[in-house]
Amino acid sequence: MFFSAGWLGIFEYAFMRNAFMAGTLVAVTAGIVGYFVVLRRLAFAGHALAHIGFAGATGAVFLNLNLFVGLAVFTTGAGIAMGILGDKVRGRDVAIGTVLALTMGLGNLFLSLSTKLAGEATSILFGDLLAISWAQVQLTLVFAIGTLLVMATIYRPLLFASVDPEMAETRGVPVRLLGVLFMVLLALTVSQAVQVVGVLLIFSLLITPAATAHLLTSRPEIGIVYAVGFAVASVWSGLLLAYQIPWPPSAFITLISFTLYLGVRLLIPSFTMARQRSAQSNLQTVP
Amino acid sequence: MQQPNDGESDDSSVVSTPQSRAAIPAISFDNVAMQRRGRLVWSMATFSIKQGECVALLGPNGSGKTTMLRVILGQLTPTAGQVTVLGASPQPGNRAIGLVPQRRELISELSIRSRDLVLLGINGYRWGFGRARPAELRQMARALQAVGALDFADEPVGSLSGGQQQRVFIAQALVDDVQVLLLDEPLASLDLKSQHEIVALISAIHRSRGVTTLIVTHDLNPMISIIDRVLYFLDGHPRCGSIAEVVNADLLSRLYGTAIHVLRTVDGDLFIRGA
Repeated sequence: MFFSAGWLGIFEYAFMRNAFMAGTLVAVTAGIVGYFVVLRRLAFAGHALAHIGFAGATGAVFLNLNLFVGLAVFTTGAGIAMGILGDKVRGRDVAIGTVLALTMGLGNLFLSLSTKLAGEATSILFGDLLAISWAQVQLTLVFAIGTLLVMATIYRPLLFASVDPEMAETRGVPVRLLGVLFMVLLALTVSQAVQVVGVLLIFSLLITPAATAHLLTSRPEIGIVYAVGFAVASVWSGLLLAYQIPWPPSAFITLISFTLYLGVRLLIPSFTMARQRSAQSNLQTVP
Repeated sequence: MQQPNDGESDDSSVVSTPQSRAAIPAISFDNVAMQRRGRLVWSMATFSIKQGECVALLGPNGSGKTTMLRVILGQLTPTAGQVTVLGASPQPGNRAIGLVPQRRELISELSIRSRDLVLLGINGYRWGFGRARPAELRQMARALQAVGALDFADEPVGSLSGGQQQRVFIAQALVDDVQVLLLDEPLASLDLKSQHEIVALISAIHRSRGVTTLIVTHDLNPMISIIDRVLYFLDGHPRCGSIAEVVNADLLSRLYGTAIHVLRTVDGDLFIRGA
C-alpha cells in the first residue's frame, strides 16, 4: 500500500532518478567515510571542511569557474593541511573554528560581489538534490567508485591507525600518510555530499548515520554496514517524502537521520545496561 | 675500550637464556646522544642489556625514557653514537620487539572489541579488507590466552577495567614471538590489586619466554622483585646499575631532586618512600 502507483510515479521524472542515483552514491561513501570520521574524532574537522568549501564554491562562481571545482579544491587543500597537522588537529577546535569563520566571511563577500550567486547560495548552503544533472550523477559515480576502491585498499591499516596509532606505527603502518590520504578522501566526500544536503547540513549524512552506527555495535565491519544503511535510508525516505510534500529533500534527510539517531540513543541504554548487568554478575562469582 | 660497563657484567642474578642467542646483547648503546627540537634529551648513553634481562627505566618526567624506547624501536634516530638491537641497527616495524605504549584516555573510550584490537596487532599492517586468516585468529587466541584475557575478549576495550585493558595491550605486544618487550609505565593509574596482577603477568612472560624486558616506571617498589638492573637517567646521562647501587637514598634523591628514603622491611625487601 505504501508503494502505491503514486509513490512509484516518482521514477518517471528524470530529475528524481538523478536525485536517487546521486543521493544513494553519496550516502554510501558518506556512510563509510563517516564511520572513520567518528572513530578518529574528526567530526568538527569534517564540518569545518564543508564550510571552508563554501568559500571555494562561491569564489569559483564569482570568478566564472565551475562551482564544484572550487568546492573540491578548497576542501581538499584544507583537508591536506589538517592531515599534515595530524594528531594536532584533535582538540584544536578554536583554531579550526577561526578558519571556518574566516571562510564563511569570504563566502559572504563573494556572494555580495557576484550577481549570479543569489540563486546558487541556498543550494550551496542547503543542497539541491532535485537539480542534479545526469553529468553530475556520472561525476558522483566516478568519485564514489574511486573512494570505495581507495577505502577498500587502505581499510585494515586505516582502522589500525585510527584505533591505535602508536601500535600501528610500531608495526610499520604509515600512520601519517594514511592520515593525509584519509583527509583527502573526506574532503572529496564532503564536496560530493554538499550537492545533496549542502554545506550547513553536512553532519546529517556524514556524522549522524555513523554516530548512530557507533551506538549500535563495537564491530567496525558491522558498524560500517549500519552507517551506510542509515545514510541511504535517510536519503531515500527524504526523497520519497519530498515527492509527496513540497519541502526541500535535505530538510527531510536531516530530520530522518536525526530521528534515527534519537531513536537508537533512547532505545540502546536498555541493551547496554542488560549487558553490563550480565558482566557484573560474572565478576560477582569471584569471591 | 669496547666494554665500558663498569663492573656490572659480573652480576650473577642475570637470567641467562639458553643457546647461543645470549651471545649477542639484546640492546647495546655506545656513546649515544639524542637531541629533539633543539634540546639535548640525553647524551653519553653507554650500556649493554643482555638477552633475557629485565631492566627498569627510571627517571623523572621529561628525562627521555619514552624517547629511549622510540630509539630502540627505530622510530627516532639518535643524534650521535651507535645503537644495536639484537645485533642489528634499529628498524621500524621490527616484529621481534613488542611495545606496550603508555595509553592515553582516547583508547580507554574505544568501543572496539578486545579481540579485534589484538587482531589488528597481527594483521593491521596488511593492506586491503576482509576476514582474518585462520592462522591469524589462532595467533590472536594464543596471545589473549597467554595474558588471561580470553574471558573478556568479546567486550569493548573501553568497558574493561584498567587491569583488564593492560592485559589486552600486553597481549597485543605478544602476538609475535617477541624477543624484546618494552613496557611504558604499565602500572600507571592501576589499583594495587591490578598492579600486583600485572607485575605477576610480566614476570611470568619474562621467565617463561626468556624475553628481554624493559619497563619504564616511576615506582620501583612493585617491580623490585622481578627486575635485574636499573637504567637510570641521572643529569641527562642514562646509565645502568644493579638494584643495590640504584636503590640508595642519596642516588634516588639526586635523581628525582627531592628527598627519598630507602627502607628495608622485616622480610629484607627494599622499599622506597618519598620523604
